[in-house]
Amino acid sequence: MRKLTIPEEEYMLPGHTACLGCGATIAMRYVLKALGKNTILSIPACCWAVIPGVYPRRTLEVPLLYTAFEVTGAAISGIREALNAMGKEDVNVVGFAGDGGTADIGIQALSGAVERGHDIFYIMYDNEAYMNTGIQRSGSTPMGAWTTTTPGGKKRMYKWEPKKNVAEIMVAHNIPYVATATIAYPEDMISKLKRAKEIKGPKFFQIFSPCPTGWKHSPDKTVEVSRLAVQTNAFPLYEVINGKYRITVKPKHPKPIKEYLRLQGRFRHLTEEEIELIQKEIDRNWKALLKKERCSQEEE
Amino acid sequence: MVKMILTGNESAAWGARLSRPKVVAAYPITPQTSIIETIAEFIANGEMDARYIRVESEHSAMAACIAAQNTGVRTFTATSAHGLTLMHELLIWASGARLPIVMSVVNRAMAPPWSVWTDQMDSMAQRDTGWLQIYVENNQEVLDSIIMSYKIGEKHHILLPTMVMEDAFILSHTAEAVDVPDQKLVDDFIGDYDPPFKLEPGNPEGYGSLIMPEDPYMEYRYMIAQAMDDARNEIRKTVEEFAETFGREYAPLVEEYKTEDADAIMVVLGTIGSTAKDVIDSMREKGKKIGLARVRYFRPFPYEEIRALAKKADMLGIVDRSYTFGYGANLYTESKAALYGHSQVPVKNYVMGLGGRDIKPELLVKVFEDMLKIARGGQVDKEIEWVGLQGDERWSI
Repeated sequence: MRKLTIPEEEYMLPGHTACLGCGATIAMRYVLKALGKNTILSIPACCWAVIPGVYPRRTLEVPLLYTAFEVTGAAISGIREALNAMGKEDVNVVGFAGDGGTADIGIQALSGAVERGHDIFYIMYDNEAYMNTGIQRSGSTPMGAWTTTTPGGKKRMYKWEPKKNVAEIMVAHNIPYVATATIAYPEDMISKLKRAKEIKGPKFFQIFSPCPTGWKHSPDKTVEVSRLAVQTNAFPLYEVINGKYRITVKPKHPKPIKEYLRLQGRFRHLTEEEIELIQKEIDRNWKALLKKERCSQEEE
Repeated sequence: MVKMILTGNESAAWGARLSRPKVVAAYPITPQTSIIETIAEFIANGEMDARYIRVESEHSAMAACIAAQNTGVRTFTATSAHGLTLMHELLIWASGARLPIVMSVVNRAMAPPWSVWTDQMDSMAQRDTGWLQIYVENNQEVLDSIIMSYKIGEKHHILLPTMVMEDAFILSHTAEAVDVPDQKLVDDFIGDYDPPFKLEPGNPEGYGSLIMPEDPYMEYRYMIAQAMDDARNEIRKTVEEFAETFGREYAPLVEEYKTEDADAIMVVLGTIGSTAKDVIDSMREKGKKIGLARVRYFRPFPYEEIRALAKKADMLGIVDRSYTFGYGANLYTESKAALYGHSQVPVKNYVMGLGGRDIKPELLVKVFEDMLKIARGGQVDKEIEWVGLQGDERWSI
């Protein structure tokens, strides 16, 4: 029998206000399980600004500073330095922000925070659009997706640009720890968080978090969509420790992207040719990642 | 106490150092830069025990101060003009979160066109952010006001942030003799930072969550309004305590100069006050009965003091070094609002010195003459007058 590696402690109480099948909610639950109670959270405008509950109720067992949309990086810098000034260096300081708040409006504060080397966790829960405002395109929306600001129409105005690769932007900052994770692989996510906890300095996580409301899939398919994103190489799971890449889940026989796309209404309009283009983009990215892993391992 | 020759910016850095903030988050902008450079040297030399966050923007400077102060430590930052206006969103956040941050603001003109010289539009545009605003006249007042701002803001019935304004270059880069008080006296005067709430593991509180219309959003705003009103008495009390401790006296909200028998009183903010005092002295020698009211605190607005001024004189000339496009400038419109229903004395707005244009004594003489003409029963020819425009013969000197 396999030993369960997911901590049993719960730091999220029932009663949150998330949509049915919300991946970002599962992500938070695992993050808190991994990091524990000695944690201070900061959350900007995003779904998670609402999910903890409306005043005066809250579902989280850790203190929480809500902030403006674009300031997560600066806010966790401030919390960290204040704690250090008080001699509380053991407290985990965690920014938990959506993809819009990270890849777009918050990228400046994030870049500044990680470049300065504060001992912080920055967690981008990636649901691939501005979901709290109702499904608008972000820089992290994948190629081909429908959103309310890329609604298709007669001109087929969908999101045709490639997804901004924030994890790689973080790697380019030469920070000690960068990882991708997703909720279908909780043990992978938790072991990464625990590894990161032992590292001083900025730690960045991009957690792929399916959104049934925005991706137009059935709420009971959240974990399946998350798993397929990994199995099709649409969202590879890896970590980069001090510049060294390690792919943590390597599909032996990657599934065609079509299997992933067809589960979601946001890709329903795609033609065979367009799916082929997306497949090529994914294959290219996957090959590049394999090369990065090989090259960075060879450096030793 | 030590006497030092300090610029306004060095005085601001000393004010911060003596107040012992634990976190300083700052971003450089002309003409504020030497404040944060001086603080960096203090910290680098071990003379100041603070964490220094060299943020990537002023927006992040304020965000980091907010988060640090909410975690339970005193914070300080400084900025000017575009840096201040970039912070705007978070200035409202800081007062809404009831965090008594103290910030030096070096008043500088807003672009375009680019101008680094003094002009008060930058801080006037932050009037409604819930920060106390004090405009100072000399470098000693820069230093002393920072110390007093921590003491006032941190009172549990106040809990509001303060911006301390100094005019660019006129103070920021001009050195004068400044008394630097003993650290021990300042420590005793301000006391340790004792926030009524803070982020702390084991205490799962949330700050700033979503709130519904039937929940106390409106009540929280009312509490800020009350705290701002209460700040008036706290300022009055604090300047007295300051005088007892340090031997330097400040008028609480408005400093008056030779107003008792004045026919006309000029109302100003900042360093125009010093020039005006000299002009008053020389004009009084020629029998002109004029006086000055230098508004120190613009927020909370000293409406009672303005009403008292109107009882003393036959005319008030309100000088603004900024403008609110559409109708008048802030000191003027607010003074007039305070006077409505309380006074019939004529009031005129003189807009001058924008973009750092020098306000020379000769120009103030002309303004005083214009004011006296109105005080003697003349008409307010122009409710709002721009003074010193190129090609305007009326104000040429």
